[in-house]
Amino acid sequence: MFQNVGEMILLFWRCLQALPLAWRQRRKVLEQLFEIGNASLLMACVLSLFIGGVLALQTGPVLVERGMSSVLGGIVGLSMCKELGPVMMSVLIAGRIGSAMAAEIGSMQVYQEIDALRTMNINPIHYLVLPRLLAISLALPLLVVFSILVGWTGGAAVSALNHDINVSFQSFFGNLREVVKPQDVLNGLAKSLGFALIIGVVGCHQGLSTIGGPRGIGRSVTKAVVNSIVLILIMDYVLTRLLMVFDL
Amino acid sequence: MATNQNSGGVRISVRGLRKSYGGHPVLKGLDFEVAPGEIFVVMGPSGSGKSVLLKHIIGLESPDEGEIFVNGDPVHGTQITDKYRMAMVFQSGALLNSLTVGENVGLYLSEHRLESEENIQRIVAEKLDLVGLSNLQHRTPSELSGGMKKRVALARALAVEPQLILYDEPTAELDPLSAITIGEEIYNLGQRIHVTSMVVTHDRDLAFGVADRIAIMFDGEILLVGSPEEIRQSTHPAIREFTTANFNLNKTSKAP
Repeated sequence: MFQNVGEMILLFWRCLQALPLAWRQRRKVLEQLFEIGNASLLMACVLSLFIGGVLALQTGPVLVERGMSSVLGGIVGLSMCKELGPVMMSVLIAGRIGSAMAAEIGSMQVYQEIDALRTMNINPIHYLVLPRLLAISLALPLLVVFSILVGWTGGAAVSALNHDINVSFQSFFGNLREVVKPQDVLNGLAKSLGFALIIGVVGCHQGLSTIGGPRGIGRSVTKAVVNSIVLILIMDYVLTRLLMVFDL
Repeated sequence: MATNQNSGGVRISVRGLRKSYGGHPVLKGLDFEVAPGEIFVVMGPSGSGKSVLLKHIIGLESPDEGEIFVNGDPVHGTQITDKYRMAMVFQSGALLNSLTVGENVGLYLSEHRLESEENIQRIVAEKLDLVGLSNLQHRTPSELSGGMKKRVALARALAVEPQLILYDEPTAELDPLSAITIGEEIYNLGQRIHVTSMVVTHDRDLAFGVADRIAIMFDGEILLVGSPEEIRQSTHPAIREFTTANFNLNKTSKAP
């Protein structure tokens, strides 16, 4: 396990060193961005809409009972942008994109495509890992912003349409505007950037470490998803604590 | 990117090369030399360590003991591909499935920015034409047969303008006609640009057809190095058995 962590830190460090080459890889970054967006946007929309809705559905009646329905917008708004948006989106992307990275790079490893790159003096980290890491670091925060907006809409819709809650759109968003500050959205974005790096590094590292045939690829994909989710949840606590120090 | 712009082949020297995997020795102290421009074939049965040897020569594996030199420069511990243009044709072709045939062939040139886009297109067409696969630039590897994939891999290797080219079982899984085409390409390339070629194979027809010299490898050891004629006349029992085996099947079932 410690060897894996060490290798992942080294992989991340090599990507940082290769950052000056990023412009040369812009076409591959755009391809990966399109891949991530295309694969995740609809799922992100559905997931966020229902998370926002369920959040309002669970908390709404309790608040109404205590005469506090006016704070529902703030609760849903804060939960979505500081916690649920970044974490749920990252878990979704770990399953959808982290697994695809591990599978694609793992298959290239098994079928000697990565060896072929090395014989042509093409560094697989520059060619395969850097574009993926950059693309996911750009895409995940954007998806989180999208998820937050859709989640708020879902929460507002359930609050307005459910007879037990019956909080209007205006009241919901009025309270949300009062409670949610720009730094709360920044908090979610900072977290999502950290999670994106975890998903990218873990997925690519698992792909590059693949040994054996199709069974090895399967093992790498499973490990990439499970390890990413575990690390996301651990990092969620660490980042939350850290961001509190910076008053975010 | 290779900085050495000299054309012509390089000299390969292998000294006391040993490699084990999980305590099992695969290469047991190999010593041989390949002259510039020579077509050197390493022939032996499957599992004798031939492909592992090739991976050591191009720097994909590191030896436990011994050393390999290219024109006197050690392969390991230095970035040998920075200094010499080397290419390898893998057994499976190892084409990048996410790229088209044309992009695969031009990959070395485009990634190292050695030529303009226009020139790369021209070189790709030229190399594909050379291996008899004109107008296939826009196909993907998944649309090609095994033989076509190998020829595209050969075109990709040629685009490097290599000083050393390594072939890993180039005729495996090919029909006899495609195998002959590949053999002709290996031979003609050696004649045309005097590249040093190293071929590992268990295909006797290919080995005797293209080789300047043949090394016979059994169980991680080289038993004999010599010209095709010397190998044919060897009296070593294992070499004789390997070079003369044919399909005189024993049709009596040994199953109970």
